[in-house]
Amino acid sequence: MRIRFTLNGRRVEVDAPPHITLLELLRNYLRTTGVKRGCETGECGACTILMDGKPVNSCLILAPMAEGAEIVTVEGLAEDGRLHPIQEAFIEENALQCGYCTPGFLITAKALLDRVPEPSVELVKDALTGNICRCGAYRMIISAVLRASEKMRTTSASQG
Amino acid sequence: MSMLEYRRFSSLEDALRFLSERPDAKIVAGGTDLVVQMRMGKLKPSTVADIRGIRELRGIRESDEGLEIGALTTIEEIRESSLVERLAPPLWEAAQEFATWQIRNMGTLGGNLCNASPAADTAPPLMVLGARVRTARLGGGRTIPIEEFFRGPGETILEKGELLTHVHIPRPGDSEGHAFQRLGRRVAHILSIVSAAAAVGVEDGRIGWVRVALGSVAPTPVRARTVERELTGKTPSRDLIKSASEKVLNDIKPISDVRASAEYRRAMSVVLVRRVLEKALRRAGA
Repeated sequence: MRIRFTLNGRRVEVDAPPHITLLELLRNYLRTTGVKRGCETGECGACTILMDGKPVNSCLILAPMAEGAEIVTVEGLAEDGRLHPIQEAFIEENALQCGYCTPGFLITAKALLDRVPEPSVELVKDALTGNICRCGAYRMIISAVLRASEKMRTTSASQG
Repeated sequence: MSMLEYRRFSSLEDALRFLSERPDAKIVAGGTDLVVQMRMGKLKPSTVADIRGIRELRGIRESDEGLEIGALTTIEEIRESSLVERLAPPLWEAAQEFATWQIRNMGTLGGNLCNASPAADTAPPLMVLGARVRTARLGGGRTIPIEEFFRGPGETILEKGELLTHVHIPRPGDSEGHAFQRLGRRVAHILSIVSAAAAVGVEDGRIGWVRVALGSVAPTPVRARTVERELTGKTPSRDLIKSASEKVLNDIKPISDVRASAEYRRAMSVVLVRRVLEKALRRAGA
């Protein structure tokens, strides 16, 4: 069936069978392979994307459910070849080892910082409970989200 | 996974007509349970009816009697609602520790109830709040107490072609207290080993009425009526609560599974019932 939605700011239209998941649609039909396939039961968060601004597990969503939605994947974070401040902060804080979970963490962090520009450590931990890092980089990931929060506020202050 | 047909509905009437003609169609709201079940091969629906576009099934409203929550309301919407915090405190508490942010953004109240897991964390709070559920079907519908809704694991009283549309929660009175507590291996994304909720109304220093309900300790969420009988009409004290909590063993039939043994569930049911009763009584000002 035909499925239409916005992917990282661009309108897309794709023909796909209705039983596949949004994760499969994004990776195999639209080649946004930054979205990672992990547990496929909604436990690990590697497949996290934004759907209408909210973090969701793309592995638990049937592809036709994306109709009309605004989808953002990790590919949509950088602008004009410049990394997003959250991505910069992850690099500066060494907030990853193997990197497989990173796209999911970046997306959940973006959803948090878009809603709460200056979160407490507790709120960061609470927001990230749906993302698992098997390398165990949690401490650095939390530092990176706090650093990104600082960066984003400085940027918006200098622009405002 | 395979599926032949996917249909979207934005009108309740159209959806009900379709469901009456196609009783084998599987309904999708948030998808968080359905997709997992499809992947595990437990469900192989040939037709899926997507009801997410039916706006009247969405949202939280304050009514004359209390609170009306549409079946498509997400757990995250409940978690963030000051109306729910004020008018249905144990439901709000259950939403705080529910799964993960990602799942709360998709999973709906109606879905949590209709999947009828014995571990559905929204059920015990709704039972102690005296909630009723409204259903719709072609040519009618019904309103029934939430505790009559569940029949067994994965089984509800809903008939083919019948949809859960709203949950009604009566307005709590003054000198009424509530509490919810769950026990799991960790806070996030884990099914409860035991969950318990309590609501109590204090009248002239006595327990005028009390409702206690538990999850994950029987084929359906259950009321602890033996505990309730033990408490009703009495003056609350530490000893009374302690002895009444132990009576919960008459009300539950836990099994051993990957999460915990039946023995552990029995022991923890007593502890959780005691704690929610203490908290609810404190909040009621007793």
